Amino acid sequence: MKGMFEIRWHGRGGQGSKTASILLAKIAAASGNYVQAFPEYGPERMGAPVLAYTRINNHPIHLHCQIEEPDLVVVLDPTLIGAVDVTANLSKGGDLIINSEKEPGQLKDTLGTGDDIKLFTVDANQISEEEIGRVFPNTPMLGAINKVINWLELTRFTELAGEELKRKFSGKAEVVFGNLRAIERAYQEVKGL
Amino acid sequence: MSEQIALTGNEALALAMKQINPDVVAAYPITPQTEVVQLFSQFVADGVVDTEFVTVESEHSAMSATVGASAGGARAMTATSANGLALMWEIVYIAASTRLPIVMPVVNRALSGPINIHCDHSDAMGARDSGWLQLFGENAQAAYDNVIQALRIAEHRDVMLPVMVNMDGFIISHAVENIKPLADQDIRDFIGEYQPAYSLLDPDQTTTYGPLDLQDFYFEHKRQQVDGLEHALEVVLDIGREFYQLTGRDYGYFEKYRLDDAEIALIGLASTMGTAREAVNNLRKEGIKAGLINLRLFRPFPVQALREALQDIKVLGVMDRADTFSLNGGPLFGEIRNTLFDFGNKLKIVNYIYGLGGRDINLSDLEGIFRQLLEVKENGKVKQLVNYYGVRE
Repeated sequence: MKGMFEIRWHGRGGQGSKTASILLAKIAAASGNYVQAFPEYGPERMGAPVLAYTRINNHPIHLHCQIEEPDLVVVLDPTLIGAVDVTANLSKGGDLIINSEKEPGQLKDTLGTGDDIKLFTVDANQISEEEIGRVFPNTPMLGAINKVINWLELTRFTELAGEELKRKFSGKAEVVFGNLRAIERAYQEVKGL
Repeated sequence: MSEQIALTGNEALALAMKQINPDVVAAYPITPQTEVVQLFSQFVADGVVDTEFVTVESEHSAMSATVGASAGGARAMTATSANGLALMWEIVYIAASTRLPIVMPVVNRALSGPINIHCDHSDAMGARDSGWLQLFGENAQAAYDNVIQALRIAEHRDVMLPVMVNMDGFIISHAVENIKPLADQDIRDFIGEYQPAYSLLDPDQTTTYGPLDLQDFYFEHKRQQVDGLEHALEVVLDIGREFYQLTGRDYGYFEKYRLDDAEIALIGLASTMGTAREAVNNLRKEGIKAGLINLRLFRPFPVQALREALQDIKVLGVMDRADTFSLNGGPLFGEIRNTLFDFGNKLKIVNYIYGLGGRDINLSDLEGIFRQLLEVKENGKVKQLVNYYGVRE
């Protein structure tokens, strides 16, 4: 990562926004970057809209505040659209990745985004259901992000993600592999490129 | 030295405690410190530390058990936040006056009420007159490094006082950042085998703890606490130099950032000062001579060093993440004005009370504050001495 890259995560309590924000940071740290990942803690309730943030930089990070103008917004739950202003303060030229079975073009009007925001979709619900066995959209989104920001080689990314997932799901090989397959599929299947 | 890893602030504190391997830890969980105690109790259960872990029913008991263990010659630690620290109150003072070298991470959180779990410094500031040393740090690395140094400072024979290591709740405690931990052996060598100066359990050198101490000696004992804190001023620097030799990371009373030719500056504590560093960088690009002091040692207060550091500053903003309700500014503001009052420089000072209950303060906010200081420098007038920054009124 060259310079600061800031990501804002929108999800609902229980979908794993915080976990994804941290997983991505740990992958970035393992590939030699400076990172920060932190959720916005409010009154936590299952299903309530939640926010999380990830910062990645090849230089040390001094900022200790919420992200003002993200370079990328990731939406884990399409039902948040309309309920939460997911494009708020998104940088001009920034990327927006939404977990949705729809085509990016179909969401453009609903969101009212102009050409200065690049919109991508990936059906992370379906991918996770098929690969992990239940709807867990957070890990597949990591694969979509890696593709959209054209960051690490896929094999390198899954290798680093695998190490983190092994730590997280100590020993449960099937869960780790399921998540890795979901990451790879989302990398291949993200739409809007 | 080991590799860089990504951890939360709480994980970093728990790791430091694991590597220190104290004889006794007595602690009660409270948000946002909970994870420190939870992870540490796991280390105990897994047998990776030799610590006697005392599960207690309250923070009053946590500090009482820590005091008892320390008086008994053990290297004893605890950790807390906010209302937990408030519940310890009585024994916090006793730990200091009994000259027990206890180290306690405090994961800073707003005191109730209204009830709030997020960061401000009202908990630590409430304990500022308890006789403990107080260290603050910007991030997980600073908290980790401060805990390790705090042990040496506390146990130094010329100090023999407890040390509170403050780390911002949630902003740091629950954020993942890179840290470079030390190798276990380096920490063992740095802190050494604990040799208590006295022990309640040593039959060859009998000592008395906590006796009645009335008009004839109480005052002398209080004066001796002050002596300990005076010595701490030297010891903090000595241990900081030794730590620098080991890690290359530099710790003194405070960090000066782009201050040498600065005309306007901010002074403050903890995570906000990292964001302020970026604000300084941005203003410098515009040719504005801004700088900052990131204060590490709040108790004792490094008066002489601050006078020297601030001598050429024209306008100083003082950042307080707590109020005193004196109607005369926050706790750091009071200390700074007291430090500079008869120093004879023409420095103008403005106080900003900010971020209470975890309200975010971002880069634009801090740049805005610097611009207000610049305005004071240009027209020579302080419009409002004490400002509640970022509040709806």
